[in-house]
Amino acid sequence: MPEKIESILQKYSRGQDELIPILQGVQKEFGYISLESVKKISRYLRITENQIYGVSSFYAQFRFTSPGRHLIKACRGTACHVRGAQRILEEVKKQLGITEGETTPDLEYSLETVACIGCCALAPCIMINEEVHGRLSDKGVANIFSKKGTEGESDDTN
Amino acid sequence: MTQTENTRTILICHGTGCVSSKSPEIRTALEKETQRLGITTKLTGCHGFCQQGPIVIVEPDGVFYTRVGVEDVTDIVNSHLQNNKPVGRLFYQDPTTGKRIQHYRDIPFYKMQQRLILRNCGHINPEEIDDYLAVGGYEALKKVLFEMTPEKVIENINISGLRGRGGAGFPTGRKWEICSKASGEEKYIICNADEGDPGAFMDRSILEADPHSVLEGMSIAAHTVGAKKGFIYVRAEYPLAVKRLEIAIAQARKKGFLGKDILGSGFDFDIEIFEGAGAFVCGEETALIESIEGRRGMPRHRPPFPVQSGLWGKPTLINNVKTLAYTPLIIVRGADWFSDIGTERSKGTAVFSITGKVANCGLVEVPMGTTLHEIIYGIGGGIPNRKKFKAVQTGGPSGGCLSEEFLGLPVDYESLTSAGSIMGSGGLVVMDEDTCIVDVAKYFLDFTQKESCGKCVPCRVGTRLMFEILDRITHGEGTAEDLLALRTLGDTIKKGALCGLGQTAPNPVLTTLRYFSNEYLEHIKEYRCRASVCKDLIEFKVIREKCTGCQSCVRICPTGAITGPRSKPHNIDASKCIKCRSCYEICRFDAIAGNAIVIRTVEKKS
Ligand SMILES: Cc1cc2nc3c(=O)[nH]c(=O)nc-3n(C[C@H](O)[C@H](O)[C@H](O)COP(=O)(O)O)c2cc1C
Ligand code: SF4
Ligand code: SF4
Ligand code: FES
Ligand code: FES
Repeated sequence: MPEKIESILQKYSRGQDELIPILQGVQKEFGYISLESVKKISRYLRITENQIYGVSSFYAQFRFTSPGRHLIKACRGTACHVRGAQRILEEVKKQLGITEGETTPDLEYSLETVACIGCCALAPCIMINEEVHGRLSDKGVANIFSKKGTEGESDDTN
Repeated sequence: MTQTENTRTILICHGTGCVSSKSPEIRTALEKETQRLGITTKLTGCHGFCQQGPIVIVEPDGVFYTRVGVEDVTDIVNSHLQNNKPVGRLFYQDPTTGKRIQHYRDIPFYKMQQRLILRNCGHINPEEIDDYLAVGGYEALKKVLFEMTPEKVIENINISGLRGRGGAGFPTGRKWEICSKASGEEKYIICNADEGDPGAFMDRSILEADPHSVLEGMSIAAHTVGAKKGFIYVRAEYPLAVKRLEIAIAQARKKGFLGKDILGSGFDFDIEIFEGAGAFVCGEETALIESIEGRRGMPRHRPPFPVQSGLWGKPTLINNVKTLAYTPLIIVRGADWFSDIGTERSKGTAVFSITGKVANCGLVEVPMGTTLHEIIYGIGGGIPNRKKFKAVQTGGPSGGCLSEEFLGLPVDYESLTSAGSIMGSGGLVVMDEDTCIVDVAKYFLDFTQKESCGKCVPCRVGTRLMFEILDRITHGEGTAEDLLALRTLGDTIKKGALCGLGQTAPNPVLTTLRYFSNEYLEHIKEYRCRASVCKDLIEFKVIREKCTGCQSCVRICPTGAITGPRSKPHNIDASKCIKCRSCYEICRFDAIAGNAIVIRTVEKKS
């Protein structure tokens, strides 16, 4: 891991304006921002660890614990809200037995909510890794997880 | 084989929506067959009608296939491509008439639109610069580089009447002019593709379907104001848009439209993508700049405005994706052509993403001044399931909810503002009678309350107080004084907040208080939610006379609240019921009894 962080850092120049791209790069590689990464970034950019926490905690994207293998982003946007996003989220929670910000004990799934996925015409939707599942119903959600993978049929009952 | 067969092209939508409903698999299946027939396939970006996706179009026939599945590929190939008999069951079905329509140009959803910046979306391959060149791409840039002075470009944009599509509607020509006159060698240009308004996806679709139009617009703007470096600030949830932009930038560099000495003109300009990290307030221009500089995305005081002192203190021009995408068109087709479209003070077209409780969800582009009624009923196909229209929300968390009486309103910047809402970036969410207006207002305040950057007190504390009051009302614990408190808080926040987020956050509450005060009062005085959304105010009951005891609800109830022997009326144990609505839904659609389960107002606990 330490060598990997170094090799990521090498790709960026040493200025504060590289902080967010670096954090994104680190998170892309490891799935989250570890204590160790923060230390390394701090040394590399010559800014304090506090500054790094201050910035990274401001943005919804950054995580400080390791996520599951599949990251679920449930949409809480307006289009999804008026088409029953609340029930979809409830169903996801029920299926996985976790709430927002948590990871299943088998490290298979993590659950987050996001402001909008940008697939509002297919509301309500969720995103698993980079794949969007739209036009969901409770049954559609159950289908996705009963297959125990990221594969899942969307359900057409609008 | 006849002539048309050989010259046919099959367009397969590869926008985020259609990809999510498996269009790449359809493409693979189609390609296997069409290669044999010598027919080309082409991936495209979003057609704006994602709800009907995956969409496949056969050109030049203009046949529009909707909801295509992998299993339909054989039919399309055998019947249409080989025997010239298009597959009728895959045509779009009009929700009002039930008729199937073969050609996209006849579909009401498209027929009533005027597609300017969406003109290429769904018709060209966004990953091939040659496709963009074939439809006149980069001609405007050439004209700007070799035939026009920057002053002339600004004059044209001014005459066209183009106003910023990022929300506030600031005249674009004027902004360019100020930036071009700002002193300083180094200047920047930023394309705002943060698109934070939940329920809006116009910018994403344009970036995914026609990325070069945005790059060309940026280059034109850069040359005009004298910038050498540009940034596109894209939100984190748009991975496909980022990928298409990367491809487009690489191809534009290769062809000499970006980089050093563009097309031999001596003009240097290059573009970098900056991925946002998920903060709504970063759509605000000064917060966006803070974010690119590597800090918390908190708005700065203005003035100085970014055009004078922006990124790293240098003059910075910030425009929305759509604003920039219009500029090549205005340069090529002329300022007068553009200013002939639209209303007195709002020129050109407006792009809306129409979503929510409406038959045709999607992206629409109409001349400014089109009425809400035409958009929702004409293009949107009205409200599905014979439900009644309740409200339409424009402008996202900064906008307002308008009631039925505003359906005749011609939409432009001024008319929406005068109604208490705003144009915003173009999100348009339709709500029907099943939407609780107080719940919607609470939803927006929950959103802004969480997204407030915390810099100023009225916004940070005020939005939370408003949210708490609304939350109480939806739990049936509101008082008559609460409504006054909401108004006072709303006015205070609007006056005291530093940035647009806070200044507009109360709008959803203030407009609903104005146009739907009845619903607030029902929650407070009658302990009633007419849309049956607020869980504390409703209970689920079985009508004994109607229930046949089919047990469908027993099977679906997650908490075992429903009991009763088969063929005898069932019972719901209120103490176990979590009001999930499942039994109600299944009884209406799947159960033998039909409507035996009803939702009622509970008696107010004293
Ligand atoms: C809270 C807030 C969020 C905003 N979000 C966006 C956005 O997502 N996209 C955008 O283009 N403009 C957004 N704006 C407006 C920008 O500050 C800015 O006015 C706009 O990008 C200027 O571009 P234009 O002149 O082309 O409209 C937002 C403003 C505020 C106050
Ligand atoms: S109004 Fe709200 S979001 Fe804007 S600067 Fe103030 S606290 Fe931050
Ligand atoms: S609303 Fe849900 S919990 Fe309540 S009785 Fe019906 S199915 Fe059971
Ligand atoms: S509101 Fe859910 S995807 Fe946009
Ligand atoms: S993604 Fe295919 S129509 Fe929008």
